[in-house]
Amino acid sequence: MRITANQDRCVGAGQCVLVDPEAFDQNDADGTVIVLRPNPGTEPEIARAREAVNVCPGRTLALVEES
Amino acid sequence: MATPTISLDRTDPYRPPTEHVRLQEDAPISWVQLADGRQMWVLTQHEDVRAMLADRRFSSDRRDPRHPSHQPYMGPDHRPGLIEMDAPDHTRVRRSVVGEFTVQKLAAWRPRIQEIVDASIDDMLAGPAETDLVQALSLPVPSAVIAELLGVPYADHDFFQDNSAEFVRAGATAEERGAAVGRLKAYIAELVQEKTKSPGEDLLSRQILAGTDPEEVVSLGFLLLIAGHETTANMISLSVATLLDRREHLAELRDNPERTVGAVEELLRYFTIAEIGAARLAIEDVEIGGVQIRAGEAVLGLTNTANRDPLVFPEPDELDFTRMARNHLAFGFGPHQCLGQNLARLELEIVLATLLRRIPTLRLAVPFTEIPFKEKGPNYGVYELKVAW
Ligand code: HEM
Ligand code: SF4
Repeated sequence: MRITANQDRCVGAGQCVLVDPEAFDQNDADGTVIVLRPNPGTEPEIARAREAVNVCPGRTLALVEES
Repeated sequence: MATPTISLDRTDPYRPPTEHVRLQEDAPISWVQLADGRQMWVLTQHEDVRAMLADRRFSSDRRDPRHPSHQPYMGPDHRPGLIEMDAPDHTRVRRSVVGEFTVQKLAAWRPRIQEIVDASIDDMLAGPAETDLVQALSLPVPSAVIAELLGVPYADHDFFQDNSAEFVRAGATAEERGAAVGRLKAYIAELVQEKTKSPGEDLLSRQILAGTDPEEVVSLGFLLLIAGHETTANMISLSVATLLDRREHLAELRDNPERTVGAVEELLRYFTIAEIGAARLAIEDVEIGGVQIRAGEAVLGLTNTANRDPLVFPEPDELDFTRMARNHLAFGFGPHQCLGQNLARLELEIVLATLLRRIPTLRLAVPFTEIPFKEKGPNYGVYELKVAW
């Protein structure tokens, strides 16, 4: 599993950081997302990644199966 | 800002307007004719409202007379503020300022917000043991916080706060309100001029240093004030009124202060105070929830019923501080989702925790049903909240 972020769509609301501050941070200059931990490993990490994808207002984030 | 819409009357202060609930039950997506003759699509379900707000084919530019939030003064010369822009202008302006509101940067404001809240509560405790919480706490805290964020010097705080209070005062006439807006805009313009000469460590100075057009800096400063003052105040008042009315929730927070963050999120969902904020104009044909919306048609997303959608929030009328449902739409969704949301969350959390801790005997001084609720839009709230301790 890998978290992808389409920076162009990011609106800098920081919802992802609220869901999981260990997996996401924001760029100081323009508020856009920085994925700190692109590969969630444990079940709770995956669950939080799914939630971040769900709440993201920019539809910026996705969780993809790694081939 | 005020858009006339379907009736905002309600029979229960804890539920959305009756007509909104009826639409959600009977006609989740419908073509509605308003009292003034205008027609628009009304969306009531969570999935549809989110899909619409995330889709850039729905415009926020109100200069088009067909836009549901169009106002007569928005002629061809009108300069749209951030909240009225579409991409790519919107993206550019939002990115130039949203870095000020990251979760990390706001965390640094916590101690200062705590001091501001403590000072208001000190004043309350120094006076008579009965007061209007709206005037004593709900309004002054957000305006003091925004004043500091913008870099208003201490000497001018009273001027800034008095005029912000006048702008949102319940009984103020359009003229009084207009005069307060005039004074605030003139003041912010003057402040921008001074900061151009000697920049400080604040949001406005950083905008100037980054080369933003001074007129845009003034417009942004004013938008931050009006978007964040009364909204946050209404949420503070409604949250406190609810806790004092439903004492089991008060006890729950007192015994489990760590639930305050969840309580704030749930109260935001429950009240969804920006009742008619999600108005857009379709600029292309788009299908939403199986319905064809045509270019040129107006759309209103009811975030308050969307936030009571049972498919997304089981037992939606229950207030549950452990729900941790962050997918509510109280701050909107999509590119315009509230810029100040994490500041509002922080203020609400600190106010609720501090008030319960410092005034444990706080109670309503009038029965809950006699509280004067703001039912006329654009934001739900209370005009006055008499409390005693
Ligand atoms: C509980 C308090 C608040 C609520 C319920 C609220 C609600 C909202 C909503 C629903 C929107 C979206 C409007 C749309 O889609 O057209 C919005 C946008 C906005 N809010 Fe808030 N807000 C709150 C507090 C604040 C604060 C404290 C600030 C600033 C310090 C602020 C600044 C803004 C700005 C600048 C926008 C426009 C963003 C854009 O268009 O990109 N708000 N707010
Ligand atoms: S929640 Fe989405 S839009 Fe907001 S900062 Fe994170 S990635 Fe960007």
